[in-house]
Amino acid sequence: MGKKSDIVLIENGKRLDGRKPLEIRDTEMKVGVIPNANGSSYVRFGKTIAIAAVYGPKLLYPKHLQESDRGIIQCRYNMAPFSVDERVRPGTSRRGTEISKVIKLAFEPVLFLENYPKTGIDIYVEIIQADGSTRVTSVNAASLALANAGIPMRDLVVGLSGGKISDTIILDLDGKEDNNSEADVPVAFMPNKKEITLLQMDGQLTNEELKDIIKNVMKNGEIVYKKQIETLKKRYDE
Amino acid sequence: MRTNYIFKLLEKGERIDGRKLDEFREIKVLPNAIERAEGSSRVIMGKTDVIVGIKLEIGVPFPDMPNMGTLKTGAEFSPIAHKDFEPGPPSEDATELARVVDRGIRESDCIELEKLCITEKEKAWDVYVDVHIINHDGNLIDASSLAAVSALLNARIPKLEDKTVIRTEFTGKLPVVKKPITVTIGKIMNNFLVDPTKDEEDIFDSRLSVATIEDGKICAMQKGNKTGLKESDVEEMIKLSTKKAKELRKLL
Repeated sequence: MGKKSDIVLIENGKRLDGRKPLEIRDTEMKVGVIPNANGSSYVRFGKTIAIAAVYGPKLLYPKHLQESDRGIIQCRYNMAPFSVDERVRPGTSRRGTEISKVIKLAFEPVLFLENYPKTGIDIYVEIIQADGSTRVTSVNAASLALANAGIPMRDLVVGLSGGKISDTIILDLDGKEDNNSEADVPVAFMPNKKEITLLQMDGQLTNEELKDIIKNVMKNGEIVYKKQIETLKKRYDE
Repeated sequence: MRTNYIFKLLEKGERIDGRKLDEFREIKVLPNAIERAEGSSRVIMGKTDVIVGIKLEIGVPFPDMPNMGTLKTGAEFSPIAHKDFEPGPPSEDATELARVVDRGIRESDCIELEKLCITEKEKAWDVYVDVHIINHDGNLIDASSLAAVSALLNARIPKLEDKTVIRTEFTGKLPVVKKPITVTIGKIMNNFLVDPTKDEEDIFDSRLSVATIEDGKICAMQKGNKTGLKESDVEEMIKLSTKKAKELRKLL
């Protein structure tokens, strides 16, 4: 962790896939892709593809999970067995459990949970293909699926990863960059309220570098936010 | 309510979505849906939506088949696909689905597993067929089986360098020589139905899934649901299934 790898990830200001340091990959977003769900979405960043579904709010069982004065969010992030090079064994993993938790927390401040006592809102995200930044891609997918479900939100939530390779700040890390960067920093935030709702980091950074990454994520996250808005509007214009 | 309506229509030989009893919904087969898998396919049957991905891993051959690769099939009812699907270990139904899909492939000898041996007794390719349900509106068995064969047909064998699998380079296609097709026939009262929606299959008296190969041979079967079948029912269901399999095979 934090050590430089031998792979050259950036040369003459260009990344391996030809992107500039702050450039986000080609993205695709759709909503309403799962007829059975109350809300759903498909989000692709480069080769990373997330499909999200929202079910609820609905009365929560088993009963002991219910909160008498508010609803709760239940979230599961899962990788399809065929989503990466080496097959992922189905079932729970420590990594998946943690990511599910931080995604859930990213939406806690956004929903009016006090309006749904005793209920649960289920957010399920399936990564059907992974090439880095899967948790922030999941955040974008969950944000769209919640909006598509018609659940009132204080703001949308935008996810974007930042990182550092060879003293350069980069955004939207792909798989290779994710594995070999000096640091990666997944961030989710509410674009209007300017509040960060998910923040993790691994690797090594100075204070200044971290500030710089967060600033760039929030600035360029505007592009992702606009794309979310556009996707939702398009759905309801049809 | 809806159930009664389905019954009422069936008395007139009609279905809730206007199809004939032996008519499939619109079917889309989309091969290579997952670029990073060795093979993949997405099948959309009406509102049912499944993805199958193929992964190849280095494994150890079974002692009784020391010169053969192995086939391993899994199915996950991911909770995105239906309100009744919950996270957790595979349910009885998911396990049945995986095993029925597996049997169609295995018993048809569609993969030449002996060509997947690397070193006798020591090393061979494990072929993983993983079924992932995106949206469940009935007939998961037929949709998943079709997606599995379609995925196998475009699967490639990654390059092997010493003990490392190089997944960006390939030494050839997976040796797939047959196209087994599974068609499930449902029985409600005395009607035989093809490609049920979820509402329809929930009220099936009985169902029979039949996998057939190009030469017309049957290679696997599975009876489901609570009501028994007469011999004449079985005959009629196999006949209909074999006939409809030809239609599906054309989509590959």
